[in-house]
Amino acid sequence: MDATSFVVFLSSVLFVIGALGVLLRRNALLIFMSVELMLNAANLAFVAFAQRWAHLTGQVFVFFVMTVAAAEVAVGLALIVTIFRTKRSTNVDDLAQLRG
Amino acid sequence: MTDWIVLGLLGALSVASALGLLLSRNAIYAALFLVLNFVVGAVIYIVLNAPFLAVVQISVYAGAIMVLFIFVIMLLGAERLTPAENPPGLSYQRPLAIALGVLALSVAAYVLLARGGEAAATQAVDASPTAIGVQLFRNYVFPFEVVALLLLAAMVGAVVLTRRTE
Amino acid sequence: MELLVLSPLLFPLLGLLINALFGQRMGERAIGWTASLAVIASFVAAVALFAQVGQSHGAAIRVSIAPWIAAGALNVSWGFLVDPLSSVMMLIVTGVGALIHIYSIGYMHGDARFRRYFVYLNLFVASMLLLVMADNFLVLFVGWELVGLCSYLLIGFWFEDLKNAAAGRKAFIVNRIGDVGFVLGILLIFATFGTLDFEGVFAQVKERGEALAAVAGAITLLLFIGATGKSAQIPLFVWLPDAMAGPTPVSALIHAATMVTAGVYMMSRAHALFGLAPATQTLVAIVGAATALVAASSALRQMDIKKVLAYSTVSQLGFMVAAAGLGVYVASLFHLLTHAFFKALLFLSAGSVIHAMHADHHSNLDPQDMRNMGGLARRMPITFATFAVGGLALAGVPPLAGFFSKDEILLAAFSYSPLVFLLLGATAALTALYIGRQIALVFFGEPRSVNAAHAHESPAVMTVPLVALAVLTLVGGAINLPGGGWLHHWLEPVIKETAKPLNVVLALVFTGIAVVALAIAWWLYRDPQRVRAEGRSAWERFLAEAWRIDALYHATVLRMFYTISTVCAQLIDAGAIDAAVNAVGRGARAAAGVARAAQTGFVRNYGLFMFLGAIAMMLYLVFLR
Repeated sequence: MDATSFVVFLSSVLFVIGALGVLLRRNALLIFMSVELMLNAANLAFVAFAQRWAHLTGQVFVFFVMTVAAAEVAVGLALIVTIFRTKRSTNVDDLAQLRG
Repeated sequence: MTDWIVLGLLGALSVASALGLLLSRNAIYAALFLVLNFVVGAVIYIVLNAPFLAVVQISVYAGAIMVLFIFVIMLLGAERLTPAENPPGLSYQRPLAIALGVLALSVAAYVLLARGGEAAATQAVDASPTAIGVQLFRNYVFPFEVVALLLLAAMVGAVVLTRRTE
Repeated sequence: MELLVLSPLLFPLLGLLINALFGQRMGERAIGWTASLAVIASFVAAVALFAQVGQSHGAAIRVSIAPWIAAGALNVSWGFLVDPLSSVMMLIVTGVGALIHIYSIGYMHGDARFRRYFVYLNLFVASMLLLVMADNFLVLFVGWELVGLCSYLLIGFWFEDLKNAAAGRKAFIVNRIGDVGFVLGILLIFATFGTLDFEGVFAQVKERGEALAAVAGAITLLLFIGATGKSAQIPLFVWLPDAMAGPTPVSALIHAATMVTAGVYMMSRAHALFGLAPATQTLVAIVGAATALVAASSALRQMDIKKVLAYSTVSQLGFMVAAAGLGVYVASLFHLLTHAFFKALLFLSAGSVIHAMHADHHSNLDPQDMRNMGGLARRMPITFATFAVGGLALAGVPPLAGFFSKDEILLAAFSYSPLVFLLLGATAALTALYIGRQIALVFFGEPRSVNAAHAHESPAVMTVPLVALAVLTLVGGAINLPGGGWLHHWLEPVIKETAKPLNVVLALVFTGIAVVALAIAWWLYRDPQRVRAEGRSAWERFLAEAWRIDALYHATVLRMFYTISTVCAQLIDAGAIDAAVNAVGRGARAAAGVARAAQTGFVRNYGLFMFLGAIAMMLYLVFLR
């Protein structure tokens, strides 16, 4: 096992933990934080591969992912605030209007 | 050898903080666990020869984004979380999710162990902020501008969404 | 030039648009005068075109504004034609139309749908102009259909009463039956000549002549079926008496002066074709004459003031059609012209009477029933005078317009066909009889109801058009004095026909018959008791119901149709088609009931399946590729 494999495995562990957070938590804010964790896990893999292949593109990509994540957080939190205003709740299970 | 100890410690800390996020009953604690995770991530970046990203990670993620999160949590008064309780018809959600997670990890482990690559590249690339800046403004000018536009759109969107419509 | 040719058509459309778009905010007066001025302007434009045609000695003005259909051999354009024939028709349509518009301002006063009425009226004038100005059969057909549509809209104008709505529907459907014939005729024309332009068709008719005899017979027969619908001939005349359900000025405009003349106009336009088909011509003449007699005898026992005039219109149309069948198109058109004057006059005068009878809203007595009238001559002197002028013209008393035109037709019948002459002669006598009866019942004697006793003259906006039409009726005969008058001369570029000189004996005989018949009518109906006793005997009811032709249609065509419809509705539609559609619906619902279980509505649940899919893809990439 080399360092890159280790870091990539670490990245996948973090990713799965984030995914479980998204799937199992009910608070919109926590789900959102879990999404950030998943993004971060992906970033970690990028950086690991960038080091492995001695190439800067991976790092540049991470830079872009971070920017997009920042934009996403701004909009996502605005959505949560808006939903909270009408529903008085941050529980995503309360938003089940699409139930068939 | 020291590298491995450092990496192992950092990895353990990272996973522990992620689990803390997953399991905590208080949103503020969860947010602080996430901050810890980001900081550990920044240290790993330094180890992996990405100092610029480490700094950005601290300032943007651990700084700006997490401050925003905590701000919203406090604004909404949503720090106390009700215990997870599946609504009727969703009882399979938790076991299935965990099983899928384990499956995904096993596949990842199998791929890395069975088909893992050779030792790392010998020479390290120059990853100073200068080099990244040169890359950004030479090869990635167009995506860079697009991202600028995206940020603007997100800003406007956030303003519009949170405006009270009377 | 194009604009001048189109302007008679564009003015009513403009008036229509103004009223339709802005009428909501305009007062009654503004709406009425907008519509009227539009038609007056159209009349002025028609006069200008008339003068133009006159200056160029009858040369036709042809304008094509745009191609319409270009498909293979079929090449139809929006072509317009102004020649002596259409320019005369334009003058009638816009002139009489304008007077009726003005009259309507008074008649429709206070109606809830005043604006809509004038929009329809403008549309009607525009459609009729399209019909007479068309330069090919297809554009003519568009006008033809639009006229039918307008008549439907206007007959059923007071649709709150189901009876009126049914009358409008009947007019539409009966006209449609005739239109089928007309459309087939147009198709056959195209199949034969390869074009629908008047110029092309008639040039070929002249060139090929007798070779076309057989197909011309078929074409003219089909065209004549179209004419029987629009011009209310046997067997399709049943819609016109019912059409009296519309407002009276509408009856005057559509069912006396213009729309019903469309069939006569069309036959005159296509006279070259009819000339090649002697058999059709004979049929046309006999149908026309028979219609004239049937309708005139029916008019004799009507009690509704407008129904009498309606049957009278059918009867006079019979005269025109018979004349066309005899090949004397100029006489036919001359009668069309004078009839437009005196029948519009009669209808509008009758409208004035109804208006006066209506004045007292408290009683629910029928304001159109002549049994409730009587003694109106003293109370409504102007209306009486104008009605009398119209009535005498209809009866054929010289020197009124009707005398000359009717005499010309009778003369032609006398020289060509004894049977037609006999029928038309009897009709002429009956005509004087029923109009004499009507004048006696409405205007003479003592009032037979409170409304009649309290009736008073209509406002000037109604009486002025009446007087104008009365003047036209008085002098209108002058445009075609016997022995080749002005109209003969004017139409010569289109219709070449030698005029006959006045037959003094015939004229005197028919004048005598008319006067005697009027006198008999007056003598019979001095006594109101006689009216009350009327309508008891079987033959009187037979006449009152117009020879029971309507009942015949009900018993045969309609019953059969209802039977077929019932079978279709209950067995085929409800039993097979609806059942199939419902089964599809039920199946979809059942399937949805199963599938909807997947939609839990929980975002996390959707996410779980997304995760499942992602892992499945990962497994595929790792192990199966």
